[in-house]
Amino acid sequence: MSIQRRGFLTGVSITAVSVAGCLGSRAADSPSDLGELTVGVTTSTYDSGLLDALHSAFESTYGVTIRAVAGGTGETLARGERGDVDVVMAHARSLEDEFIQSGHGVNRRDFAYGDFVIAGPPDDPAGIAAVDTASEAFSRIAATESTFLSRGDNSGTHVQERAIWDDSEASPAGEWYTEAGLGMGETLIQANQRGAYLITVRGNYIDLRDRLDLDIFVEGPVTGGDPALDNPYGVIVVNPARHDVDYEIAMLYVGFLTGTEGQTIIEEYTIDGQQVFYPNGLSKDPNFDQYTPSDES
Amino acid sequence: MIETTPVGPVTAGTLFDANFLLVDVPFEQGYIESIIRVSLLVSLTAVILSTLVGLPVALAVGFTEFPGKRLVVALINTGMGLPSVVVGLLVLFGVSNQGPLGSLDLVFTREAMIISQFVLATPVVTGVSLAAVTEIEDGVRDAAYVMGGTRLDVALVTISEARAGIVTAVLAGLGRAISEVGSVLIVGGNIVRADGTSVTRTLTTAIQLEARQGRFEIALLLGGVLIALVLVINGIVLRIGGRRY
Repeated sequence: MSIQRRGFLTGVSITAVSVAGCLGSRAADSPSDLGELTVGVTTSTYDSGLLDALHSAFESTYGVTIRAVAGGTGETLARGERGDVDVVMAHARSLEDEFIQSGHGVNRRDFAYGDFVIAGPPDDPAGIAAVDTASEAFSRIAATESTFLSRGDNSGTHVQERAIWDDSEASPAGEWYTEAGLGMGETLIQANQRGAYLITVRGNYIDLRDRLDLDIFVEGPVTGGDPALDNPYGVIVVNPARHDVDYEIAMLYVGFLTGTEGQTIIEEYTIDGQQVFYPNGLSKDPNFDQYTPSDES
Repeated sequence: MIETTPVGPVTAGTLFDANFLLVDVPFEQGYIESIIRVSLLVSLTAVILSTLVGLPVALAVGFTEFPGKRLVVALINTGMGLPSVVVGLLVLFGVSNQGPLGSLDLVFTREAMIISQFVLATPVVTGVSLAAVTEIEDGVRDAAYVMGGTRLDVALVTISEARAGIVTAVLAGLGRAISEVGSVLIVGGNIVRADGTSVTRTLTTAIQLEARQGRFEIALLLGGVLIALVLVINGIVLRIGGRRY
């Protein structure tokens, strides 16, 4: 029996040694001496693969390792507020303005935009194919009590959806209105299965369209549709006076994203052969709105 | 993850089709290996620590009679049912930059993931070990005492007798740790470097990510890898520590 016990202990110590070996290699995991930058990013840019392209270029140019933490805009801004990330990426201007006005972030810049679309089952029970604006489409969906699936997670898409409901003066209440509480991809799949209408980031729709039986009924501004479906992405540095932020590297990141190299990568990035992010970090014309809370809020 | 290859929808047919496993998985070289490595590193470390804490506690509680013992046992057993998301949030508030451990910079690291899995696995290791130790008849312990054994000797005899149960406890703790997704997602952040090697992404958080993007078949494939991994670990541990099986 004592032999067996020794066997057990040997097993434990081998495991402990090998695990300790792995732990020790943590330092070797960081290829650079220049440090790390933790960036809170939106799921739509992350899931599309755009950030992989941007971040590999940034890492090889500057030798800084980027740790990207994906989440909805609400979740990402909360991470910035706690100082758990150095930079935040977001796509809900009202929440971003609040974030800056409360002093959690500095130096907001626009770096790209895409758009949202409203999609639904091909038989279009609410008859929204005939309307041009998002708010009108929402009104019809509410009036016909057609199934609608919301993200329900305080993400940028969810914030946009609520803004459109406010415009439409219809109220998103009743058995037809449901909240998924899931990411964009899962919400699209669920809407597909349930034959529900939804508002979605165009890129995520394109990414999954091969397996979706959902049609786009209201187009966003990228294809000349309703400007209310605009989807601008902003980047904000977490306030270095409040948290231990590596401010210079954070600004290097913002500079890269809004500079020629980053903007070119965004311009050339496609999903399934189609461009879904449009760079807007460089502009000869003044773009003062990007720095300050917009007038509407 | 840059080049995503579209994969057809999963049907009962494709699931059992041999070609299914040959699906051109859209990952960079070394991606899956690195998430397996992180999963093992985090969960094994957490469970070893849980065992180092949980087993002595189980022995202490099992061997002594004290007022409130039933309450302690009830608390340990309740701990087995702690929701992983709640543990993740509590650990996050602890290690977050504004939390009490904020200065250690642990948020979104493997160390933070080890802490949360340790919290999750310890009650399981303790509770199951305690049940195993309690099962050993008093007669065995009395005999050890009568033969002149010290408290330590008695403990060793009991551990030896309860060995199979204790191995089960460790495996149950490992199962709890390696299969949970709620807490590691919150405290680890599911981070992968741009070159496709995992920093804090585990098999479970990778599965969650694939599901979020609607790539259910790849999520299932990773689930299969996780199950296979747990099976192999079970085989190894049972061989080392539980020859009775």
